[in-house]
Amino acid sequence: MSHPAFGALNYWFVQYRRTWRSSLFSTLIVPTFYLAGIGIGVGGYIDDDYAGVGYLAYLAPGLLAVSAVQTAVGEASWPVYGAIKFNKQYLPMLASPLRVIDIVLGHLGFILFQIVFSVLVFFLTMLLFGVPQSGWAPLAIVAGALTGMAVATPVYAAAANAKSDDTFTVLNRFGVIPMTLFSGVFFPVEQLPALIQPLAWASPLWHGTELARVWTLGMDSALFVPLHVAYLLVWAVVGFYLARTVLTRRLVV
Amino acid sequence: MSPDATMIIARGLTKRFEDRVAVAGIDIDVRAGEIFGFLGPNGAGKSSTMRMIGCVSPPSGGTLRILGMDAHREGPAIRARLGVVPQEDQLDWELTVRENLLVYARYFGISRSVARRRADELLEFVQLADRANEKVDALSGGMRRRLTIARALVNEPRIVLLDEPTTGLDPQARHLVWERLFRLKQRGVTLVLTTHYMDEAEQLCDRLVVMDGGSIVAEGSPRELLERYCTREVVELRFGLDAPLAELADKVTDLAERVEVLPDRLLLYVPDGDTTLPALHDRNLTPTSVLVRRGTLEDVFLHLTGRTLVD
Amino acid sequence: MWVSRIATGSGAVLERNYMVHRRGLIAFLSGFCEPVFFLFSLGMGMGALVGHITLPDGRVVEYAVFVAPAMLAVSAMNGAVAECVFNVYSKLKYMKLYDAVLNTPVTPMGIVLGEIAWALLRGGIYGAAFLALMALMGLTPSAWAFLALPGVVLIGWTFAALSMAGTTFIRSWQDYDVVATLSFLMFMFSATFTPLETYPEWVQLLIQATPLYHGVTLLRGLTTGAVSFGLLIHVAYLIAVAVVSLIVTAYRMGRALQR
Ligand SMILES: Nc1ncnc2c1ncn2[C@@H]1O[C@H](COP(=O)(O)OP(=O)(O)OP(=O)(O)O)[C@@H](O)[C@H]1O
Ligand SMILES: [Mg+2]
Repeated sequence: MSHPAFGALNYWFVQYRRTWRSSLFSTLIVPTFYLAGIGIGVGGYIDDDYAGVGYLAYLAPGLLAVSAVQTAVGEASWPVYGAIKFNKQYLPMLASPLRVIDIVLGHLGFILFQIVFSVLVFFLTMLLFGVPQSGWAPLAIVAGALTGMAVATPVYAAAANAKSDDTFTVLNRFGVIPMTLFSGVFFPVEQLPALIQPLAWASPLWHGTELARVWTLGMDSALFVPLHVAYLLVWAVVGFYLARTVLTRRLVV
Repeated sequence: MSPDATMIIARGLTKRFEDRVAVAGIDIDVRAGEIFGFLGPNGAGKSSTMRMIGCVSPPSGGTLRILGMDAHREGPAIRARLGVVPQEDQLDWELTVRENLLVYARYFGISRSVARRRADELLEFVQLADRANEKVDALSGGMRRRLTIARALVNEPRIVLLDEPTTGLDPQARHLVWERLFRLKQRGVTLVLTTHYMDEAEQLCDRLVVMDGGSIVAEGSPRELLERYCTREVVELRFGLDAPLAELADKVTDLAERVEVLPDRLLLYVPDGDTTLPALHDRNLTPTSVLVRRGTLEDVFLHLTGRTLVD
Repeated sequence: MWVSRIATGSGAVLERNYMVHRRGLIAFLSGFCEPVFFLFSLGMGMGALVGHITLPDGRVVEYAVFVAPAMLAVSAMNGAVAECVFNVYSKLKYMKLYDAVLNTPVTPMGIVLGEIAWALLRGGIYGAAFLALMALMGLTPSAWAFLALPGVVLIGWTFAALSMAGTTFIRSWQDYDVVATLSFLMFMFSATFTPLETYPEWVQLLIQATPLYHGVTLLRGLTTGAVSFGLLIHVAYLIAVAVVSLIVTAYRMGRALQR
């Protein structure tokens, strides 16, 4: 507990004791309902042997990555915007020996915790539904964490930069929702029009979904695993530096 | 309505929140064209009373008639002719300064063209014309207060209710507000205001009531109240830290009509302060500081309740 | 007298919202895209995996034809909930907007109806655009589909009224999650993605109690041309929910606002 960022991290954990219940919605309910409603419900109308594993098993790892994205966006958008604009939680931190980079690291550490928690819970749900079919399956949690962070850091930067909450409306409707719907979670990217496919391949969620699928179901070629991991890391790291730059501009005036 | 008609009549007006009595059966009469004040400390029940008069908070008991109408049954018709400056501005943060006035006028059913004209006039009146197209959060506290006052005038009300119109404003901004309120009075508008500044009450009010703990403890013009409950001058004596103020007070009781012991000083109520000072000197009292000032409503309040108004 | 007063009040509330949203045009337009994305993804993309599905009247149609009217109903619901729960509650509690409005002749009911009218106006515009898109894509096999527009407005009205009533019970923003969960539950299970018969009998009963189920079934009947007097049952149910909600709102909103 020596790095100063732990001071900031600790703050968020103290807060968490009061508010953890409200994150349950994005953590648990959304992906589980999707799993039941689409995976089982609609899956019942899809070829039993879809992709060699059945639709439910095909869908589940993608939803695990979606759950990571939901949590990442939920925790890196409003709480960051609010910490700057309304609750001003960052100001007293800045008045202490913490640097901006520590503040960002501390907050992102807390977000990572929540992402891992929601992915873990979803993974247990998948076990209940009997989805995992490979010894590597627990690695899907790592895939989720990576996907979550790849999204959390740029969203953090956007939230720190936001002038009004319209930013989130636009981010959600033109970023998160289309990404969730078209990144190969519900159906293969190859089905998309050729012009749109590159967009899907660029999205962190597609890489996260592929990773989670490989590890959960043991399908696809393991060759691409390092590429997916590297790609997600690039998003996370670039987003982190953006977040730090933006927050510095916002706080140190 | 005749010029000296009574605009607001309350009898036994009461407001309870669960078991807490906020207003404990008060009687008031506000006459046309006057500036009527409620003076009292935090929690006295001023805002609760104002909200009942504004017909947004149903009384728990008593009768309340405004402009000859019953407050309970004819709320909307009464509100159509009231202007209200609430304690908190309640401006519309999603709109600009001018839009705030335009939209507010529409709530009264005022046509768009009239609304535009009045909005521009009122922005001049409260000296905000140059900020017309800015969002509200770009305004300072004093500007927001002035905008709220302008908003209250958009329906050309007969009565304007102002709940602490100048709290939080700097002296210059306060004087500007006072001056605008006087102009309204000159136009024949009846003003009802609350304040915990005694100088504001003295400067502005034709008549006022002093409230404490939900009840009225005195009423009259500032001058009447001063004459009735206070002397012309007050001598304030401060002694060093831990000085036995109660004992010291005993030594000077005969020099004043009345002596008040405050935590940090003694107040001697006297007709003429300058004649008291030599007498103090004769008794070997050595205060660290001596101040002779006029009696104020603050002293009236202290006399009536045993407490200071602003601590 | 009181009718014209309420009309003036709601008109002004409507105008105020228009003034605000005039500036947030992109956010406003983006509301249209959401159901379109869902239609393309789950209706067409995933729908290609499903292939065809059998309607209650025995006809076999493409999955997208089945899902599109449901997305239309869902978007009417979501729009009304967003407007009349989230926006109204924040105006009520955080912006204290209505406290100022109540100092004018506008009554609590005037505010409620104004906000509902705004939600309907917005929902109606989105609904018309989505319906036009459906028609262009050949997802409305029947000419009855034009009646889906009033259907959308009816669904919007029901959910706006229900949301208003719900808002009077909200105590803090943490209750938002209850609202979000309930509407998501309806979104997922109100015969939106699979026919009602997919579910066990007791679940079917639950589903049939949700207003969204009736909205989805009504619109699906209209756009696919399975029109019968039976559809009027759904209309009646939606109207009943709306009326009861308005009565509850009328009773509670005044108290929430005028303390
Ligand atoms: N909505 C409410 N619910 C419960 N109690 C209330 C409410 N509004 C006021 N009170 C109580 O009524 C009493 C009088 O409050 P009121 O706001 O009228 O005082 P005030 O004279 O305006 O004080 P201040 O100078 O602080 O504005 C207080 O004890 C207050 O706590
Ligand atoms: Mg008050």
